[in-house]
Order: sequence, then C-alpha cells, then structure tokens
Amino acid sequence: MSDSQWRLEVDRHLCISSGMCVGIAPDHFELEGDGSHALADVVDQDEAVVDAAESCPVEAIKVFSAASNELVAPTD
Amino acid sequence: MTTTQNPIDFPFSGGGTDDYVALVPPAEQAGLADGEPLVRVRLPYGGDAWLARRYEDVKVVLADQRFSREATLGKDVPRWSPVIQTVRSILSMDPPDHTRLRKLATKAFTARRIEMLRPRVQQIVDDLFDAMIANGAPADLMASVSWPLPITVICEMLGVPYEDRAEFRAWTDTSLAITAYTPEEIQQAQQDLRDYMKGLLTQRREDPRDDLLTALLQARDNDDRLNPDEIVQLAASLLAAGHETTANQFGNFVYSLLTHPDELAKLRANHDLVNSAVEELLRHTPLGATGGLFVRIAKEDVELGGVTIRAGEGVFADAQAANRDPRMFDHPDELRLERQVNPHIAFGHGVHHCIGAQLARLELQVALGTVIRRFPDLSLAVDAREVPWKHGRLVRGLQELPVTWAEVRE
Repeated sequence: MSDSQWRLEVDRHLCISSGMCVGIAPDHFELEGDGSHALADVVDQDEAVVDAAESCPVEAIKVFSAASNELVAPTD
Repeated sequence: MTTTQNPIDFPFSGGGTDDYVALVPPAEQAGLADGEPLVRVRLPYGGDAWLARRYEDVKVVLADQRFSREATLGKDVPRWSPVIQTVRSILSMDPPDHTRLRKLATKAFTARRIEMLRPRVQQIVDDLFDAMIANGAPADLMASVSWPLPITVICEMLGVPYEDRAEFRAWTDTSLAITAYTPEEIQQAQQDLRDYMKGLLTQRREDPRDDLLTALLQARDNDDRLNPDEIVQLAASLLAAGHETTANQFGNFVYSLLTHPDELAKLRANHDLVNSAVEELLRHTPLGATGGLFVRIAKEDVELGGVTIRAGEGVFADAQAANRDPRMFDHPDELRLERQVNPHIAFGHGVHHCIGAQLARLELQVALGTVIRRFPDLSLAVDAREVPWKHGRLVRGLQELPVTWAEVRE
C-alpha cells in the first residue's frame, strides 16, 4: 500500500441504498440487496470516491489513507 | 425485442381529471405485473418516450449515468409542459457539476445532523397541536399543522423569514402546477421565487448569520467554479422542496390512515410502529399526481428490460409504480404498516435521491407519532368523499383536512 492509495469502508447497517454512491462513482460502488459494496477495498486516489462519501445521506461511506489510516472523507 | 404496442398517452393523470383526486394511482398503473417491462408513451409535447415501471428498471434509469437529466436542458424533449426548460437547476444537472453544487447543502441534511433537530421538531409539533386543541374541534389539520410544521423547520434551517410564508407558498404552489396555472404564470412564479432568494442572499452577504443561506454563500466563495445563479436556484429549490412535499404528504398520510381503520387501529395499539408506518405510507401514497415527470435522455444505446433504448431517446421512470411492483412487494396495493422489508424508492434513487429525505422522515415521524398519541379518537369531520383535493398540481394534496376529536392526551 502506498501513500497514493485510499481504503474504502461501507457501513451496511447505516446504508439506506439511496443509490447516491453508484450514481456518483459507478466504477467504485455497486448496490446489492443488503446495500452498497465497494468494488475494491483499496483504490488509487480518485475524487469520485470522496464525492460519494461526502454525498452519502447517512455517511455510511468512509475513505481512509491506505498508508496512514487517516480519515480522508467525509470531514466536517 | 421491440414493442408492438401503440404509444399510450402520458402523463396518465394529474392534468385536472377526476382520477387525480384522492390517493388512487392512475388506472394505467394497474396491470403493471402483466405489462411489458418498458412501454412507449406519447407526451403532449416533444414526441414519444419510454416509460420504465418495474422496480429494477426504474432504479437503473434513475441511477445509471448513461441516462442524463442535463441533456434535456434547452431541448425539445418529450414533456408534459409546452415550455422548453432552460433554467439550470439541481434537478437538471449530471455529475460532476451536480455533485459539486449538491455538496454545498449535503452536510446540513445528513442523517446525523437531522437527528439533532428532533427535539426542536417535537417542540414545534407540540406547540402547533396545543394551539389546535385550544381552538377546539373540528379543525383543519392542513392549516393547523401540515403547512406550518415544514415551513417553520425549513425557514429556521435556511434563515428565511417565517413572516414571508404567504408569498413564497404562493410562488411554490404555482411553480409546481401542471394545469392549475398557465405556463406563463408558472414561469413567472419560478422567477419571483428566485428573485426573492436572491434578495435574501444579498442580505446575508452584508449580514452573515448562522444559517444555511450564509453557508451556501461562504461555500461559493471557496469555490469560484460555482455560478452565483446556481446558488440562487439551489436556495429556491431547497425552500420549495423543503415544505411543499412534506406538507401535502402529512395530510395524505393522516387521510390514508383515517380511511384504513384496521391499519390505524394497529398503530393506535402499538405506537412503536410509527417509523415503519411512515415508511409504508411513503411507499403506498402516490404523492406525485403522476409518476415520473422528469425525463432523462439516453447518452448511448442502452439495453433495458428487453428493449433497446437508442441514444437520444427520452425515458421516464415511474418510482410510484415501482413502489407497487409485485416482484418486490407482497400485496403491493395493500397498506400494511407492519411491513418488514420495505426498500421503497419514494425519495427517488441515485444522484437525485431527495436531499431532504431524512428531514422529511423526521418531520413525518414526529408529527404522526404525536397525532396518534394525543388524539386517540381522531376522525374525519366530514365524509371521506367530501374532503376537498387540490387539482392540476404535480403533487397530490388536500385543500383542507377537517378532523374532529373528543379526547385529548398530554
């Protein structure tokens, strides 16, 4: 894992399947019966996943720096 | 497969016909289970389009970026109004521009932020019901609670003066008409609402406050890609959508419960059902006079539901029909407050999923929970067939909801 990569987490207990993330970042998320899934847990940096995390109405998506584990999005 | 049917006229109802009244879905929506997955529809203006009605198909049309809202702007697309839409709004944008604009307001509407408003919403609801009780039965629930509740909440969030409600309610009502007003009146009302919001934003520029209008301005200052007109339009959309839908839907919900006495009895016996009741009422109540009024344009050929939608063709998606798809919901036409699995799409799906969904849920949960708790014998004050419905609007709602009661609890 390098500094240029991000790790994605989706909390399916929070997820309401709004479809926001698959609409914004279809290359990174898909909706299953139990909610949203990240297609890959670790991804190269891509603003679309930050947009998805910041746009999720229930803040179910978190983006971390893969190397440092620092929260990238959503932030207040 | 290509469809052999002749196009059916669309929108189905809502153009001032009697079918519009009450909460009965358009007759054409019946038989969804046996119908073709996608059907051809003929619009009053701009020609023919596709209509998706099945749950799975509707979700694809709403979320898949191959279907564009932006591509409808300024074009002679299939539509119900003679007016060609030229004003760019949050509802007529695609990612990434849509995302950039919507994110300005997203934070204020997350589930976490909205939940913090619950005590304030409860206080507003309590005050409104206290006043209604003090005035005595019968009362008009629309004027007493349905309208003042969401208007008070959205005014406090945005920083819009509550005293101005008569004006912005009238502009919103006209803006959301189908046949109740002329196209010129509708456009003028939309312009008046934008001018009003522009005035408030100018005031906030001079005198910043702790409200969402000020936050929108500050966000714009931090991102010069944002167009000032887009901010004005976003603020107008938040004010309009922030009260009209919830106000009408709370009246619809109470009417629906009072005319489904068996379900109402379950809720009165078990107040813990309130949240699941709100979800089921959201699924079951066709708020839109007709489903799927916002056309999307296919940006490329798309295979969906056994047909090929060609690039450039228009597609409507009827979320209300989807919410009654028997493939997804058992006995979909029945109101079942105890329904356990309820993945309805009453707030839409995809990037245009209602930004105020969590706020609407909160207001509806608190208002419904309170009316059930405090009025154990609430009933209609007139025969259900005498309750007056509005006509020619995009959303269904009651002119008045006359209710009466004998017993009141604290």
